[in-house]
Amino acid sequence: MINTIFAFINAAIIQSIPLLFGATGEIITEKSGNLNLGIPGIMYVGGISGIIGGYLYENSTEHPVAALCIIIPLLSSLIGSMLLALIYSFLTVTLRVNQNVTGLALTTFGIGIGNFFGGSLLSFFGQTGSISLIETGKCFKASLPFADKLGIFGKTFLSFGFLAYLAIIIAIGTSYFLNNTRTGLNLRAVGENPSTADAAGINVTKYKYLSTLIGGAIAGLGGLYFVMDYTGGAWTNNGFGDRGWLAIAIVIFAIWRPTTAIFSSFLFGGLYILCIYIPGLSSSAKELINMLPYVVTILVLVVISMRKKRENQPPESLGLSYFREER
Amino acid sequence: MAKPAIELKNITKRFGSKVVANKNVCLSVYKGEILSLLGENGSGKTTLMNIISGIYYPDEGKIFIDGEEVVIRSPKDAFKYKIGMIHQHFKLIDVFSAAQNIVLGLKEEERFDIKTVTAKVKQISEQYGFDIDPNKKIYEMSVSEKQTVEIIKVLYRGADILILDEPTAVLTPQETQKLFAILRRMKEAGKAIIIITHKLHEVLSLSDKVAVLRKGEYIGTVVTAETNEAQLTEMMVGKKISLNINRSLPKDPVDRLAVKNLCCVNAEGVKVLDDISFSARSGEILGIAGIAGSGQRELLEAIAGLQPVQSGDIIYNNPKTGSQDELRGKTPIQIRELGVRLSFVPEDRLGMGLVGNMDIIDNMMLRSYRKGKTMFLERKKPKDLAERIINDLEVVTPSAQTPVRKLSGGNVQKVLVGREIAASPTVLMAAYPVRGLDINSSYAIYNLLNQQKENGVAVIFVGEDLDVLIELCDRILVISSGKVSGIVDGRKADKGEIGLMMTKAGGGSKNEN
Repeated sequence: MINTIFAFINAAIIQSIPLLFGATGEIITEKSGNLNLGIPGIMYVGGISGIIGGYLYENSTEHPVAALCIIIPLLSSLIGSMLLALIYSFLTVTLRVNQNVTGLALTTFGIGIGNFFGGSLLSFFGQTGSISLIETGKCFKASLPFADKLGIFGKTFLSFGFLAYLAIIIAIGTSYFLNNTRTGLNLRAVGENPSTADAAGINVTKYKYLSTLIGGAIAGLGGLYFVMDYTGGAWTNNGFGDRGWLAIAIVIFAIWRPTTAIFSSFLFGGLYILCIYIPGLSSSAKELINMLPYVVTILVLVVISMRKKRENQPPESLGLSYFREER
Repeated sequence: MAKPAIELKNITKRFGSKVVANKNVCLSVYKGEILSLLGENGSGKTTLMNIISGIYYPDEGKIFIDGEEVVIRSPKDAFKYKIGMIHQHFKLIDVFSAAQNIVLGLKEEERFDIKTVTAKVKQISEQYGFDIDPNKKIYEMSVSEKQTVEIIKVLYRGADILILDEPTAVLTPQETQKLFAILRRMKEAGKAIIIITHKLHEVLSLSDKVAVLRKGEYIGTVVTAETNEAQLTEMMVGKKISLNINRSLPKDPVDRLAVKNLCCVNAEGVKVLDDISFSARSGEILGIAGIAGSGQRELLEAIAGLQPVQSGDIIYNNPKTGSQDELRGKTPIQIRELGVRLSFVPEDRLGMGLVGNMDIIDNMMLRSYRKGKTMFLERKKPKDLAERIINDLEVVTPSAQTPVRKLSGGNVQKVLVGREIAASPTVLMAAYPVRGLDINSSYAIYNLLNQQKENGVAVIFVGEDLDVLIELCDRILVISSGKVSGIVDGRKADKGEIGLMMTKAGGGSKNEN
């Protein structure tokens, strides 16, 4: 029993990492007033770009170097997700296209890219089978060397690859950045009231672009974690599932606070796999339990709109394009 | 002699090819001096200030700071020359504290150290006598506190030239006195201050010099001590211009609408209408004159049932039944059914009453869709109506199926007014129906209103141009800050007299100086 609980906690943490990356990325993006619903797509692209980078490197050499096994997929993942975020920024900030439409289109597009390359990458190189990057996966999965020696504690809490720790560091860093730096203050001002920010001499366009790009890159790492660490370098079409949407739900659940997002991700990650750990569930009961994260999100939305505390509301200009007032 | 802190020479700014917002404006303000910029609505005051603060770039003219010619292309440049602007609509982030708003956008040490900021804010507050808690959130503040934050914001940035855009418009008299005390202290500290206003008594009590603009043109600058209200009003409104608008004598007017002691309070709890009483008569055009935002909109909306009324009565004398109906408490639909119609042309013209993306027929149906007997739309009647309006009012449009937003301003307004007239109203309220129209379209609208008047309709006309009001209206109700300043006969009215009534402090009694 106790072992099951620890196994569940461990699994919940593993599940929470991609969600946390996605949520932190989306928080940074939304703080600039950009509601990027393309995050699920960006996370797919972050994953497949890492796979492509890793595959090209593993195929090019007999003896892959561990450092390059990490750096190359990492860089290609960042580039892939930032490209998609760049499309989003260009459309919504420069061309002022509706943010929801753009985001939804990007999600469909991103999932499509992921499945296309995931399904056909091998055939481009005349190979068959499915993608499996064993060496790269091993590097990403490498945990702290002393984790094994700490018994069940080490197994439960320390058995993750470096990306898991990075997720938490990024979330905490983002929180500090938003609350304690001038750039963070300016960014929040852009999301709250861009015309005020503009009048204060803040470059609204630059802030919106950068936060969307950086937010996209962070979210993409969630996809990379999933394909490299969680599945150990293998790609399955649609394997990432609806985790991207869950990440967006976490942003609301955590009321736009990255540190709260850490615990929310853990909670949602747990709920996501809860049905596997409750024995003897019927398939319909499983589906009901899988609904829990979304039900909880709806409840949170109801509660925060009822309490009307201004600090807990979404950035005021979220989802709106900014026009500088002109006659 | 010292050079002026800021000097403008022959500033001209055009919007498009037709609209001249500023023409040959010259101004100068020395350190330790307060200049009032006086003018009616649309006289170009705000445009001029936006030029100084870098939001607009002038087409012609030069700006000098301390005698040096400068180019101000952006708000950043304005900061550089120590120009600080306090906008009429506050540029503050609601969920930030006062201190956070004050340092927003500043390029200082990256780590945000709230203690140093707070200390500096406190020091500025003490120097000028502000009373503010730097950690208070903006959304918890009163209007006056928000304004204080705005002023501290520009002082924190080291501004030496302060521009205040109608700072007293939102303040109570007590708060205004406090603000003036602060402005005088800043003046003593050697700041150059420009204050935009149209309240004459404030100009006289506060400023050292007054510059007057009228319809974008620079009229002149006078020393406050050497002038008086009458002279300033004349400079502001100018001599009467004859327009030759037809005006017939009202035919046996009877009271159609009687407004008694009407009071309204807006969402912020400020009294926007204060004890308004008047009557609108059939067969007569009643003009409403006042500075923009004096309560015109609220008054019409209260009559149309769109604005909650705090106290007072709106009595409608129903010509069909002969009964007296209380409009207060009725829904807008009930009021419309009684024949009280409102056509309001807001600043963006399409904002109220018409849907830009729908064609003329569909816009007709916005008023009549309830009349259908089945669940399906009946297009025949609205189509006939649309075509009649197009023919009768000479609306220039490719067809009745053209989206309204594609029509020119004058034609949009004809459609709007035409639709309300088509319902053969007994009270027609037209707010700014000639806003932004060229002369011919304006006359078409005047004729429409005159026709209605001759048909025995009680017409209420809210206008901006005093010359038009004086020539078109039988009586003119002048309001100032939500109060009635008086009702004058349109045939005997004097432009200067109305101007004085419009700018009078607090409205009310006529004998106030």
